[in-house]
Amino acid sequence: MSTFTVIDGERAVTVAARLSGGRVLLDPAGLHEALGWEIHDGLLCNDAMCIPLADASALTRDGGVDLAGFAAALDRAVAVDVAERAAFLGGSARERAQALASQQAPDFTLPDLAGHPHSLAEHRGKKILLVAWASW
Amino acid sequence: MALDKTAEDARPWIEKAQPTHPALIDTRHALADLYNVVNVPTIFWIDERGRIVRPNDVAFGTDTFKHITGLESARHLAALRAWVSGRTPAPAADEVRRQQPLPSAEDQQARAEFGLGQWLWAQGRTAAAERHFVRGGELAPHDFTIRRGTMPMRGIDPMGPQFREMLQSWVGAGRPYYRPLPDTAGTKEN
Repeated sequence: MSTFTVIDGERAVTVAARLSGGRVLLDPAGLHEALGWEIHDGLLCNDAMCIPLADASALTRDGGVDLAGFAAALDRAVAVDVAERAAFLGGSARERAQALASQQAPDFTLPDLAGHPHSLAEHRGKKILLVAWASW
Repeated sequence: MALDKTAEDARPWIEKAQPTHPALIDTRHALADLYNVVNVPTIFWIDERGRIVRPNDVAFGTDTFKHITGLESARHLAALRAWVSGRTPAPAADEVRRQQPLPSAEDQQARAEFGLGQWLWAQGRTAAAERHFVRGGELAPHDFTIRRGTMPMRGIDPMGPQFREMLQSWVGAGRPYYRPLPDTAGTKEN
């Protein structure tokens, strides 16, 4: 079995995987080890939570976990490049929309030019002007 | 937050401005993902309790680009100063809720395509990255952090003919490139 790189946030993990009819099938043990998720009793679980699966058999095929089905179960976008054997797990539209609709500013941590991390939460108690800009 | 391909792209501006506030680098567009940012500049006001009281607005700090954008910096700066000093209250919560744009599934799929492209690009796999940058732009044609913001990674001048062509076709179809909130946009200038 060869491997696939799955990028989840700032982590890029390598999972044993194979291709089958255009689908990426991840090795269940590899998925658990790399991303902390496993499927049992019709549930998709990690240390923090379990998600009931509408159809667990659709997620598990030929002994592998279908990557697209896995992302769908987590309600997350996934971009896949079969030739490069890489996939990127994106944010959930529903989660992002709920967070913004709550009007609470999502926290983040980003580096300055020197590489020092700064988080939004550090500035709680002050009024903040947040500016997204770019050299382009 | 500079949505640039590397810190080095943003460095000259930050070093020249010598800001007293944090100036951060966002090569992976984390801010775009969390705040549904689709173009620059995009500004937010966040109050002492961490609540967004002015969502996704367009405002420039200077009038350098006023002749192109039609947007005056003074209008936003005056409103900002009045809010910060407490002379005017923050916009009402229901008004903020109404103005807050929320991301669709396509928007987030486009951001995942960007994320994969950016990761591939950072590894030097530029031809593969190109596929995902293009796909992201097709999924969310209004997202210029993808369509224009990836141009420097694709060897395209983000101020050059390809950008101007994109802009012309977008604006020509009656769609605005900048979408400021009504009180920032003003009345007739735009």
